Amino acid sequence: MTDLFSLRDLKVTFATKRGTLNAVRGVTLHVAEGECLGIVGESGSGKTVMWRAAMGLLRGKRVTRGGSVTLNGTELLTMTAKEVRQLWGTQIAMVFQDPMTALNPVRRIGSQFSEALIKRLGMSKDDAAARTLELLRLVRMPEPERLVRKYPHQLSGGMRQRVMIAMAIACNPKVLLADEPTTALDVTVQAQVLELLSDLREKLGMAMVIVTHDLGIVAGHSDRIAVLYAGEVVELATTAALFANTRMPYTEALLNSIPKLTDTSGTRMRAIPGSPPDPVSVTTGCFFAPRCNYATDRCRNEHPELVDGGDGHLYRCFFPLGKGK
Amino acid sequence: MAGTGKAHLRSETDGLLRVENLVVEYKSPGGGAVRAVSDVSFDIVAGETVSVVGESGCGKSTLAKGVMQLVPTASGTVALNGTDLTKLKGEALRRARPNIQMIFQDSISSLDPHLKVRALVEQPLKVWGRGTDEERRQKVDELLRSVNLDPEIVGDRKPAEFSGGQCQRISIARALSIEPQVLVCDEPVSSLDVSIQSQILNIIQDMKKRYGLSLLFISHDLSVVRAISDRIVVMYLGKICEVSTPDKLASAPAHHYTHALVSAVPVPDPKLGRRKAILQGEPPSPTNPPSGCRFRTRCPAATEKCAAEEPQLREVSPGQFVACHHPRA
Repeated sequence: MTDLFSLRDLKVTFATKRGTLNAVRGVTLHVAEGECLGIVGESGSGKTVMWRAAMGLLRGKRVTRGGSVTLNGTELLTMTAKEVRQLWGTQIAMVFQDPMTALNPVRRIGSQFSEALIKRLGMSKDDAAARTLELLRLVRMPEPERLVRKYPHQLSGGMRQRVMIAMAIACNPKVLLADEPTTALDVTVQAQVLELLSDLREKLGMAMVIVTHDLGIVAGHSDRIAVLYAGEVVELATTAALFANTRMPYTEALLNSIPKLTDTSGTRMRAIPGSPPDPVSVTTGCFFAPRCNYATDRCRNEHPELVDGGDGHLYRCFFPLGKGK
Repeated sequence: MAGTGKAHLRSETDGLLRVENLVVEYKSPGGGAVRAVSDVSFDIVAGETVSVVGESGCGKSTLAKGVMQLVPTASGTVALNGTDLTKLKGEALRRARPNIQMIFQDSISSLDPHLKVRALVEQPLKVWGRGTDEERRQKVDELLRSVNLDPEIVGDRKPAEFSGGQCQRISIARALSIEPQVLVCDEPVSSLDVSIQSQILNIIQDMKKRYGLSLLFISHDLSVVRAISDRIVVMYLGKICEVSTPDKLASAPAHHYTHALVSAVPVPDPKLGRRKAILQGEPPSPTNPPSGCRFRTRCPAATEKCAAEEPQLREVSPGQFVACHHPRA
């Protein structure tokens, strides 16, 4: 497998009134062809900012981007907005959390759908209309002929998200970034959408990145998982290894906090106390130390590096879990 | 799905809140009416947590609003301490409200952005003229501390300075300030991160013990209500499918819809692999619900009988009631 999409030491900072906000603090990640990478982190961990910056969506006077982002060997960070736009759709596409605000509310589904096909692929109006129906069938929308006449507000959340997915894959992207694609959906519809994404990935041979706050969502659908905390990767491993042999205390705490159907009645939820560090203030030591059950003086004073446990399982902790197993 | 029927109701003297045959209708643009809640009955005994789960559009939030009398109810009764709230109007209804309070999904927008935290939590006490200034101040501090917020730090800030989880804690303190008997929670954690969800659920549990509350908890996520509920009511298209204990619901769901809901919960264990989504498609429109059992159009076990006859709730094992002609064994 070759690396298709790479972030190397990506840093994103925002200039704010209170000072410099470190949203992403040096993230290195690679996505291989056809692979599914899960990115897991709490609100404010920098997961969304990271992908938006990598896609060239975040730019402006107050944003500073450092490091490197390459797609098929081409550097994206130095590209102008116009250049990077040429890659959207055909090389890299994105599915957003909120499909209502991502769709144009005053245009019918069919017309906003075929616009992308006409503009990007140079299709004729008729070809685009036919391809639209085909794509909507691919995402298992019932009655696509009627659907194209509708406006976004006439669809349910799950149907809108399917339309978004169909639009994202319309120009056969190499990489599909899905940012919290199911957070706004019911559990039953969530299960359908995740299954759809995985099926499409296999069928179209795309690489996929699923960004989520819920480890349960990526467990069954990703090949590898990166756990993000305070703008840093704190654990990166194959999905099986991450769950079977969790090294990072933060990952363990995240797993424990998920409410499970196997819990017994009256069990207390195992919440993570406190909240993530303020991204503006400068902290020494491990960023997770103030919330960590195992933290020592060393953790509070010295910042741990991301180390390889020997089997490609990376973690950022002085006292990793599961030692000696 | 089913059902009507009241087999699951307990004796009238035990119930703190008793909802019988509640119907809530919305006018649809076409001129007709949509029955969002169609003949639903349930009860809550003192100190109990009853959860209502179901997909979007099943009527669970409308049910909560109907119980709170925030929407007009077409028929049926909502009895709190034996008083039927649907019969009360104006001042009489207002006088009954302190006993039943509600927290909402979007806690940030449910708080007045211009008020400081102390004022927000104090407002219900002021409206009801409870205590002196000094007593109220003490009560507010105590409430804030009980939801793990430091009154000295948060007291003079406004809602915009807080995260969703913190705003939800402020809402809880505010709702409990006038010491209601029943707290209605409408999806209180569904817009929060998993790690914050557990914090809020723990706080709700603590407050329940501390203030002797009874809870009506609305959620679309079975795993959220699993550990905190005494009874779970599963709704589909405005009707009840199953009423059960959390243990039975998770291990042996009797209704096919409940089974589908249980299997849709994502499990953080890659060894289980990708599980097939059992339920395809989405619920039919409530403007024109299917005849008989409303779930039959998506049900794997549907027969002709399901189209012809609406199933009634019946007890299939102690404490487990199901409205299905062909329940799962």
